[in-house]
Amino acid sequence: MNAMAAQRWNFWGGMITALTLVWAILWAFPLYWGVISSLKPDDEVVRPYIELWPETPTLENYISAVTTTQIGTWYINSVAVAVGVTVITIFISMLCGYAISQLRFPGRIALWWLILASFMVPISALIINHFVLVANLGLLNSWAGIMLPQLIHPVIIIVYKQFFDQVPKDFREAAVMDNASEFGILFKIYVPMNWGVTTALSIVCFIWTWNAFLWPFLSVTRTEMMTITVGITQVNDAFGVYYARQLSAAVLAGLPVALAYLFFQRRVTEAITLSAGIKG
Amino acid sequence: MLRNSRTECLVALVLVAPFLAIYLLAFVYPTVQMFRISFTDAPLIGEGRWVGLDNYLRLDNDPMFRRAVWNTAYFVLMTVVPGTLIALLIALGVSRLKGRFQATVLALFFLPYILPVSVVYLIWDWTLNFQFGIAMHVLDWLEIPRVPVFKSRAWFLPAVAGVTIWWTAGFSILLFLAGLRSIPVEIYEAAALDNSTRWTTFRRITWPLLWPITSLVLTIQLILQLKIFDQVYLFSIGGRPNDNMVLVYYVFQKAFQQNQGGRAAAVAVTLFVLVVVVSVLQFQLLRLAERRRR
Repeated sequence: MNAMAAQRWNFWGGMITALTLVWAILWAFPLYWGVISSLKPDDEVVRPYIELWPETPTLENYISAVTTTQIGTWYINSVAVAVGVTVITIFISMLCGYAISQLRFPGRIALWWLILASFMVPISALIINHFVLVANLGLLNSWAGIMLPQLIHPVIIIVYKQFFDQVPKDFREAAVMDNASEFGILFKIYVPMNWGVTTALSIVCFIWTWNAFLWPFLSVTRTEMMTITVGITQVNDAFGVYYARQLSAAVLAGLPVALAYLFFQRRVTEAITLSAGIKG
Repeated sequence: MLRNSRTECLVALVLVAPFLAIYLLAFVYPTVQMFRISFTDAPLIGEGRWVGLDNYLRLDNDPMFRRAVWNTAYFVLMTVVPGTLIALLIALGVSRLKGRFQATVLALFFLPYILPVSVVYLIWDWTLNFQFGIAMHVLDWLEIPRVPVFKSRAWFLPAVAGVTIWWTAGFSILLFLAGLRSIPVEIYEAAALDNSTRWTTFRRITWPLLWPITSLVLTIQLILQLKIFDQVYLFSIGGRPNDNMVLVYYVFQKAFQQNQGGRAAAVAVTLFVLVVVVSVLQFQLLRLAERRRR
């Protein structure tokens, strides 16, 4: 490559980098704007010009959100449901993934295809019958009712199977020689060897459940049983429009998942790529 | 090594049982029920009379259903391909960066994807607010008249599509980045030695090698956007949802607001079949295209 071509190459390279950076800042700007607006007092929020920083930063909107809505209760509901779904889903998927990966039993292939096929089925088409089912079980307006239809995550089984397939066979054979039980093999060898995947899948399963909207919205009618993602959109209207307070409620609702992402950035991106069927 | 296959079967059954039980209860049973009640005139809760194909035949003359189909198609058109292209462009930009800088820039693009839809709704409802939204100040400054975005019929779906691209691009960007990372550096080095231009390198190397990922992203996006509900519901609060009717919203309206379980189920079955057919078809088509390229 001659010198001039190299120079041109670098110039355009620099331009693209700068462009990407500007684009990223513009992309994230609405998030920044939402947070900043939630820190402004009422009169500043509606000023007819742009102020990128609050003149008198205040937490009054947050205090008002916490004291005048049931946001605390919604938080507890969201945490309970998200933790419940995550623990149950991870546990049953682990067991099922292990059986499909390591054991030979009749119906194994059929089960595997069933799991793969359910990937294509739109869960949101099932809302009517989920509602009927949960109503018949008497679980509307309850944590168990919000959780039940959300326990179907075939992709987690698929990822576990792939990872268990990769564990060298020697480990298993040695354990079988020692008369270890299948449960022992699973929980003393296969699970500990794959803690990374379990952590990553747990975090994204938590995020998915925390963010779920349609089903929690349908299955709960009582304000005190709402999850936070539903609550913040349902109740504010009753008090008239307080933009800054709505935004502070939004910040509170988004904070746990945003922090989970920022703390475990690599794990989250790894699990999300895995969930699409790509090895990271 | 001797393996006792009967014990093995028994253990397998125990391990598979919890998943299978939940799967049958919360997935297979509702699916079967959905098909069954779509042939009856059942209300949301309770039994109905068998009416044969009546619920499906009615859809043919149902203007609201037709609108729901068109709006869903329109929404898919505005999100799937544009969203994928935007994600690809961003991924190409991000993949050139290194280390911490790359992680930071990626986080800025990815953060919206991690947020609940209701938070996305509140943020954009505020940003595009007719009276006080910052976007309207920008419009004023450009001397373009303000638009009440989510109250205007013409702007509603395009705006929701834009917000949706913003919200979901992070996922596609991640997949593209994984794809770009798996292209061997040597190929690019060889191209650089040949004095290949940026555009030729992209067209001859990056694009074909990235095609499997592109097709995956397109498929995932298509299936996701056919099921659009949350954003349309939320942005329609206080507006006119009937103008912005989409398929899942129609299921919701028929079942939960008009108490017509059977007729809602017929719409749900239509959506169900549509998603399954489209995903199988598109998957096959893209695989075919990939094979021809080789």
